[in-house]
Amino acid sequence: MDISLQQVEYRYQANTPFETLAIQDVSIDFPSGQYYAIIGHTGSGKSTVLQHLNAILRPTKGIVQIGDRTVTNEKKQKNLKEIRRRVGIVFQFPEHQLFEETVEKDICFGPMNFGVSEEKAKELARKTIKQVGLPEEILSKSPFDLSGGQMRRVAIAGVLAMEPDVLVLDEPTAGLDPRGRREIMEMFYRLHKERNLSTILVTHSMEDAARYADKIVIMHQGRVYKEGTAEEIFASPEGLIELGLDVPEVVRFQQKVEKTFGKKLSKICLTLDELTDEIKELLRGGDRK
Amino acid sequence: MMGKFIIGRYVPADSLLHRMDPRSKLILIFLFVCIVFVANNPVTYGILLLYTFVMAFLSKVPLRFILGGLKPVLWLIVFTFILHLFLTKDGALLFEWGWFEVYEGGVRQGTFISLRFFLLILMTSLLTLTTTPIEITDGLEVLLGPLKKINFPVHELALMMSISLRFIPTLMQETDKIMKAQTARGVDFSSGPLKTRIQAIIPLLVPLFISSFKRAEELAVAMEARGYRGGEGRTKYRQLKWTGLDTVMMLAFVVVTVTLFILRT
Amino acid sequence: MRFAKIPDDFFPWLKYDGSLRQIGIIQLKLVLMREKIFIHTGQFCAAANEAPSGREDKPMKEPVVKIENISFKYDEQEGYALKDLSLQVYDGEWLAIVGHNGSGKSTLAKLMNGLQYPLEGTIEICGIRLNKETVWETRKLVGMVFQSPDNQFVGTTVQDDVAFGLENNGVPRGEMVKRVIASLEKVHMEKFLDQEPHHLSGGQKQRVAIAGVLALQPKIIILDEATSMLDPRGREEVLETIRELKGTNQLTVISITHDLEEAAKADRIIVMNRGRLYKEGTPEEIFQMDEELVELGLDIPFSVKISKKLREKGIPLDKFYLSEEELVAQLWTSHSSK
Repeated sequence: MDISLQQVEYRYQANTPFETLAIQDVSIDFPSGQYYAIIGHTGSGKSTVLQHLNAILRPTKGIVQIGDRTVTNEKKQKNLKEIRRRVGIVFQFPEHQLFEETVEKDICFGPMNFGVSEEKAKELARKTIKQVGLPEEILSKSPFDLSGGQMRRVAIAGVLAMEPDVLVLDEPTAGLDPRGRREIMEMFYRLHKERNLSTILVTHSMEDAARYADKIVIMHQGRVYKEGTAEEIFASPEGLIELGLDVPEVVRFQQKVEKTFGKKLSKICLTLDELTDEIKELLRGGDRK
Repeated sequence: MMGKFIIGRYVPADSLLHRMDPRSKLILIFLFVCIVFVANNPVTYGILLLYTFVMAFLSKVPLRFILGGLKPVLWLIVFTFILHLFLTKDGALLFEWGWFEVYEGGVRQGTFISLRFFLLILMTSLLTLTTTPIEITDGLEVLLGPLKKINFPVHELALMMSISLRFIPTLMQETDKIMKAQTARGVDFSSGPLKTRIQAIIPLLVPLFISSFKRAEELAVAMEARGYRGGEGRTKYRQLKWTGLDTVMMLAFVVVTVTLFILRT
Repeated sequence: MRFAKIPDDFFPWLKYDGSLRQIGIIQLKLVLMREKIFIHTGQFCAAANEAPSGREDKPMKEPVVKIENISFKYDEQEGYALKDLSLQVYDGEWLAIVGHNGSGKSTLAKLMNGLQYPLEGTIEICGIRLNKETVWETRKLVGMVFQSPDNQFVGTTVQDDVAFGLENNGVPRGEMVKRVIASLEKVHMEKFLDQEPHHLSGGQKQRVAIAGVLALQPKIIILDEATSMLDPRGREEVLETIRELKGTNQLTVISITHDLEEAAKADRIIVMNRGRLYKEGTPEEIFQMDEELVELGLDIPFSVKISKKLREKGIPLDKFYLSEEELVAQLWTSHSSK
């Protein structure tokens, strides 16, 4: 399912003295099956963009096209359930949304809200709990007896069980230790491939964006600052650094090498392998310029 | 709706009322509630009305904003007026239409009672408009201080109040976040029959309670780590200062009160 | 109606309240002892302060925290959270304690501040044996910054929050005002005196929490995953603040973290695994462990990763470098000497 934002503007508490402009003139296309990363500082507007993707927010100006539904400011939208089912959002610290007596019931909650029968929902729960890497026995436990990392996975399973076409992830690894972070990101990437999902990742981590995303969108002060593939984005890292954003470690290191050696490497490296090969080449080159 | 409602809201400004000690403001409000009942004729009500408007003027909060903010309680005032209009039957008959009769006493009584109501609401709004909740808490803690002697947990209550005040915005943000998360899981908070809407509250309230308990626990640990062990031996950072201004305001109030007693019939 | 099952340990807050009362009774005794302990503390730590100037070759030898053979177990859990752990923290050092979630590192932090007591073994802070009677004294020596920026912010405004610890310790108001301003200046938050917490960023809240600790003028500051809930900018703010403070305040910093980039900048690292001390050493030593760290659920800093990769590809490097600058410099040297 394609999602597209066209000149979207959003103001919080519009028409009150507290009105604040969160995003303006934001146009992004999220084509079906692609992995997108949205990057920006806290307050850059990326969370506001995210909430337009399943019509939790309606734009104060502009158009949001979600599949064949058009969401605008004009009329009150009815029957948004189908959108909500097809666009699953994993919010930051999703374990905060758990509330049921058992893990199973909590995972079934979403699907059953969308009219799935209890039997089918339970089947989905068994399927998704395995997808997030937890044993089936956990289904009968109370979610509040689990560890933080396990709770996070259960909450993610609750969104996956809705069988969305688009998966939106808001800082899904915040607060996890390095191993947990790696595992969760790999899991989402696997799901993205296996289920042919569209994935939209909102993150601070340039590493994750560079590693997984087909396209990267940089948000700054409520606007789209730059959009492109990782190579395009990091071809000129100076601009990003000026905005106070990080660049991936590999890119940062390449910059340092280029500065010290006084010449450019032949390409923008995004992986450790590419970079070390290039450095090797550079060293072998000796004094030949 | 919330945007217009002013009761309980604080408007930052630098006015005489803002600068007053919360203790004197609390005492004044308390006494004002008492003397409102002293007035019983047009002159005394006039004095009270004048006093109130002078206070509103001194607060530097625009009068239009204050009066506009009282709209939500306007119907209460009107209702009080109409009730007394119908039910009081003394004095001359002014108007008659079938069984519907309006007497002079009804108009008088209706006006007075609704005016009393109006004055009380206006004055208490002025308190909250010019005093931060935490100042009110501090003021109450001191004023209720003597109750410690009968083992009334004044310090604990004040601490509880200030912590609640500090966490209200945090919990509002949290509520908003959880609502959005559950909306994304197909909960509809805003439409549908009443029954399903009440059911929709559970996925909101349970996580909210759980996170509040977690917060409370973490906060308790953090407080202990910073040396909190009850009210004994504690000093206070916030200081209330009774200034000349407060004394003047008190005296002005005494003058008004005495005048009221002289002029009442 | 359906409700989530409430776990048995759901009301530690209530239990806690009870214990506060008990502590209140102990308080009387403590008031009597206070003078004595205070003199003791003062003397010891003064001595510890002077140590570096005396012996310049080994400036960090005086232990301010001495932990011997402690074990700890939570009531509701089967295994030990900490088992037979011994370690020392030296005056003025920056010690990073790393380990995956559940390795026992946060429990260790709680024990050092008397928020829990070990089942076995002893903890000494500046020569004071930590127990239920000395805990209020040792808490003045050990300040703690917790993980959640929101749940440790007690005051309704920035200055009230910084003052909270001072109020608890009965510091006179005049002194309090001075210390609040001074400590907020140290974390560069002096312009936010009357700001309310919900208008602050996570990084700012954590800096206020640090100011709250500094105001009490502790010897030791424990950061219990204090940066893990922050965005990169907030994390950098907080670490920069700590670095500055360490330089000027003769603070001992114990940073409990799973951020290996942060640990790489410490003087010394302790790796925890399953409640035990797994390894101890300088960052250089620890990061030579390489894959072993990854197996422990941790990560390795980027410069180590790239050093290793370069070595694999046949570029001679004498070690895994901890700083990117050093590594680039090394590459340049070997390149130009060819």
